[in-house]
Amino acid sequence: MTSAAKADAPLLEVANLTISFPGDVGLVPVVEGIGFSIARGETLAIVGESGSGKSLSALALMRLVPRPGRIAPESRVRFEGEDILGLPVPAMRAVRGAKIAMIFQEPMTSLNPVVTVGAQVVEAITLHESLSRQEARARALEMFKLVGIPDADKRLDVYPHQLSGGLKQRVMIAMALAMRPKLLLADEPTTALDATIRAQILAVIRDVAARTGTAVLIITHDFGVVNEVADRVAVMYAGQIVEEGTRHEMLRHPKHPYTQGLLRSIPRPEARGGKLEEIKGVVPRPGQWPKGCRFHTRCAFAYDRCVAEAPRRTAVTATQGVWCHFAEEGRSP
Amino acid sequence: MILVQNLLVLTIVAGIAWVAYAASRDRYWRESAREMWRRRPVALVVVAIYLVIGLLDSVAWVGGTVAEDPTAAYLPRSVIDRIFKPEALKEASYSAPLADKAFYGSDALKHPGKHWLGTDILGRDVLYRTFKGVRVALLVGGLTSLVAIPLALLFGVSAGYFGKRVDDAVFFTMTVLSSVPSLLLLIALIMVLGKGAVQVCIALGVTGWVHFCRISRGEALKLREMDYVASARVLGVSDGKIIVRHILPNMAHLVIITFALSFTGMVLTETTLSYLGIGLDGSWGQMIDQARNELSRTPIIWWNIAAAATALFALVLAVNLIADGLRDVIDPRTRRERT
Amino acid sequence: MAAYLVRRISYGAVTVLGVLFLLFVLFFAVTNPDDIARKAVGERARPEVYVQWKKNHGYDKPLFLNREYAASNAKRYTDTLLFEHYRSMLTFDFGRSDADDTPIADRLLKGAGPSLSLTVPLFILDVVVAVAVGLFVAFFRETLIDRTVLVLCIFTMSVATLLYIIAGQYLIGMLLKWFPISGYSGDSSVIWRFLALPVIVGVISGFGSDVRLYRTIFIEEMGRDYVRTARAKGAGDARVMVAHVLRNALIPIITNVVIAIPFLFTGSLLLESFFGIPGLGAMTVEAIQGNDFATLRTMVYLGALLFILGQILTDVSYAIADPRVRLS
Repeated sequence: MTSAAKADAPLLEVANLTISFPGDVGLVPVVEGIGFSIARGETLAIVGESGSGKSLSALALMRLVPRPGRIAPESRVRFEGEDILGLPVPAMRAVRGAKIAMIFQEPMTSLNPVVTVGAQVVEAITLHESLSRQEARARALEMFKLVGIPDADKRLDVYPHQLSGGLKQRVMIAMALAMRPKLLLADEPTTALDATIRAQILAVIRDVAARTGTAVLIITHDFGVVNEVADRVAVMYAGQIVEEGTRHEMLRHPKHPYTQGLLRSIPRPEARGGKLEEIKGVVPRPGQWPKGCRFHTRCAFAYDRCVAEAPRRTAVTATQGVWCHFAEEGRSP
Repeated sequence: MILVQNLLVLTIVAGIAWVAYAASRDRYWRESAREMWRRRPVALVVVAIYLVIGLLDSVAWVGGTVAEDPTAAYLPRSVIDRIFKPEALKEASYSAPLADKAFYGSDALKHPGKHWLGTDILGRDVLYRTFKGVRVALLVGGLTSLVAIPLALLFGVSAGYFGKRVDDAVFFTMTVLSSVPSLLLLIALIMVLGKGAVQVCIALGVTGWVHFCRISRGEALKLREMDYVASARVLGVSDGKIIVRHILPNMAHLVIITFALSFTGMVLTETTLSYLGIGLDGSWGQMIDQARNELSRTPIIWWNIAAAATALFALVLAVNLIADGLRDVIDPRTRRERT
Repeated sequence: MAAYLVRRISYGAVTVLGVLFLLFVLFFAVTNPDDIARKAVGERARPEVYVQWKKNHGYDKPLFLNREYAASNAKRYTDTLLFEHYRSMLTFDFGRSDADDTPIADRLLKGAGPSLSLTVPLFILDVVVAVAVGLFVAFFRETLIDRTVLVLCIFTMSVATLLYIIAGQYLIGMLLKWFPISGYSGDSSVIWRFLALPVIVGVISGFGSDVRLYRTIFIEEMGRDYVRTARAKGAGDARVMVAHVLRNALIPIITNVVIAIPFLFTGSLLLESFFGIPGLGAMTVEAIQGNDFATLRTMVYLGALLFILGQILTDVSYAIADPRVRLS
């Protein structure tokens, strides 16, 4: 491998990632064979409805899949060229929070209610770096200022319940980025927040990540979020990726009927008065996934091949790929 | 008196049949029952056996020959009495299980090999006494709970649902009653009411009542705030109907689990009462209490205490296991965790 | 916080008055002084003895209002059992035992020491063992270890305390002869030999339900989002369990622990009476067996008083332990 190629190698490479939970009859996959990659400093958005397996995929990158779920042995996650899934536990702990950090959907409950927020940020630092309390506290203060918490020095000593939801999420971001991780996983970071706060939080993530050179994997069900922050987008449905591409490609030229449906279901100011479309039905539950293309039960264009045969990836451009028989046959649905 | 008792047995059997029939018509309860049967078959069978013995010991009538029992002509005897013929099988004193001669000395037994669990100091068959304890235990645990729980539901639900003055009154009563440590309250009640089966059951009922009243009040308070209750009230549905249609059915799981737990609690508490000398006549607690000093005899006399302890342990364990299974199967909180 | 405390204490005081009324109804109305006197002097005692006994023990007054005296002296209008009951209980003037005429207060003071010497070590050991095992199985939840311990808990919960005591005395005391079967000594160098057996039996008999309780508390905390956050920060298992889970679980644990503290004084009925520890529990058992209503009344009252005190303590410590309550 030449040095140029090494610099070009993605920060994170995920291949064949499968996550299953024990069900009534053996293991039931919840995420099945997905793959994607993230370059240094890049922001990838994974979009999908609830139940598509997108949050679990993010947790799997930290090896934090909740019990009794497990990551299948054939899965590959390479971070900076290193196989994360094969790391011994102490080495994995050293990765968590230091090289890969994560923020969650519920800032209300994601912070420990009986510990001051400052101490929680300090913990995130001292777990990885032997600093004195004062030094760690100074770093925490610096992070608080960076994420735009007003009265930062006073706010270090308050408990989570004394902060608003938006401020709590800023604390979470400060905590996640305190060790300047290479990758930030953001699982629906704005879903639980008021609409007015969302844009601010997204701006904080975008700006601070840009300043620290952190790549971001953002999990969302909201194309509005994609438009704000994403460089590239992957759409997940029923445990699989159905389409991927750059933000521009995905927003302007979606090829998969599901992506198209998701985009049509967003209210748009310019289309006021027009009919807001929805995708009929719900995501089938794990274990009840249909054969063939998993979307065929809800796809308006499905024909017999979709029922019989699972589609393969078809490259649309160098960066866009889609798992759909129409694209494979060169037709448009 | 004996007529009342037999009618009561009939009512209980009819009640069980009716509950089973009603439950079998509802898909949720049918599936829960099937799931329980899958998880805890042994415990369910054990409880069923106890129930059958208890009921057989409750159906009684007058009649029989004096050879069976000198009192046969005027005292009603239950099915169990008639099977065991305790008077006819009585020995002089201790005999070991299945022995053919007396434990002390070498006198031959009147009925060698017939006493599967031996006899006690008065020569009474231990297996028979153990069987007689079944009914007492079911009475202490089951009947008491069956009376206490509906009362507790009535007060707890009306306090939680109506709130305000009703709640203040019920809550204060509950606070006062639950301020007295339950064993002390129990003892005080039995002491002032006098010793006896009815008194002990009343005392146990009052003590258990407090606990369940608090649970049902809390649950009713919570359910009252549910959207479907609020919307029913907006639609003008009467309070009584709301309670019957929306509140009580949602507390069914709680009632069943509490019933199981209060059952075991009461049966175990009765042994303590027996030791204190204020328990129920014929209970396993009393057998244990009477037999506890026999362990220091040489050679040791173990079968009395072993029989009573095993019978008690098996029943309580079976009910505890069922309660534990029920918690997994019908409690919506743990059920959500499973999916 | 101060306003909360005042409100809490005054509700407790009202509850005490309610408990006293309950006791009055039970001990003076349901069972009346005539019954008590008859049980004390015997059915066949001469009427003078019976009347004298009632007079000596203050049972000769009317129940609610003293109308006889009202005409001559308004002050003595309240010279009745009800008022006397409230007065004596609230001033801790418990009078004399119905059984042997000894002052109850003396016996309370004498019995408190032995009771505490049993209950304090028992309580500490019980909490430490149950919390430790609870934390341990919660960490291994849904594994073989967890399931085994849970089944063990259900088994131990299904055995009557009486049987634990009998088995403990028989196995450890009689067969193995590790410790004396029963007895007590004020001498602190040998006292542990007498206390060892009741403490072991006590811990085992409470083990099942306590472990299950703490396990449930821990598992509930372990499912919370902040635990996932702590793991995502790179905290190891031990740190997550101790610094995060245990620290949050302390709030419900404190609630369960503090409420039990007052009961340490009333001792344990069964353990004390079986193991010959001359504490308040044994004293209560004697009162039951000797129809000593005055002592029983006092014990029930003290039990309730301590319980109410425990509840207030619990609420206060809860408020201190939880910043969400403390700072609101």
